[in-house]
Amino acid sequence: MKLNIKYFGLLAEVTQCAAEVIDFSGSSVSELLELLFEKYPILENKDFQVAQNQKIVSIDTLVSEHEIALLPPFSGG
Amino acid sequence: MKDRKPKNVFKEGAISSEFIGQSIAKHQSKTSIGAHNIFLGQVRADVIDGKTVSAIEYTAYEEMANAKFHEIRESAFEKFNLTCMHIYHSLGTVKIGEICLFVFVSSPSRKDVFKALEFIVEAIKADVPVYGKEIFEDASHQWKVNS
Repeated sequence: MKLNIKYFGLLAEVTQCAAEVIDFSGSSVSELLELLFEKYPILENKDFQVAQNQKIVSIDTLVSEHEIALLPPFSGG
Repeated sequence: MKDRKPKNVFKEGAISSEFIGQSIAKHQSKTSIGAHNIFLGQVRADVIDGKTVSAIEYTAYEEMANAKFHEIRESAFEKFNLTCMHIYHSLGTVKIGEICLFVFVSSPSRKDVFKALEFIVEAIKADVPVYGKEIFEDASHQWKVNS
């Protein structure tokens, strides 16, 4: 399935990418992350959470929605 | 409680003292209110490794952030006896000394607004996907981390 991957804050800077479409044939968030770590090795040692369709999910979650966001620690306010 | 729709909390640039003053004035007609409480987040000129912060550039996962702000609003209305609540957060560049977050709660009585304001501000810091990039005077930067 085609996924719309969004990167925020520090992660958008290190990947030099704010959003991209990725073809994903695996099932879980952790498999998706393996794919992204191959593309952007620098992500592997960064601290972030994953949101699927704007909800934070664990890495065991099945990828079922098209919008996936990588969210580093928040720093609003 | 479910009739409130998610609002857009974000404003481009700093939140002006005129805007804050007008927000207060608008509540004069709501005469069941006996207490307001206001939190203003201001951009601080932190010195890090000898370099001074001159501004913060804010970005956000806007759709998710507005949904989170809405959840925070709903749970604050459930927990506390509030008449109304307003939250505004800056996007883009906010210079040191300027306001980047404005939270305004109103209630018939003071005890609710004291507790509600702390609850709301802490929830914003913890749960809302907003990112601050601290820009130093020499134009270098680092990503802010909330303590």
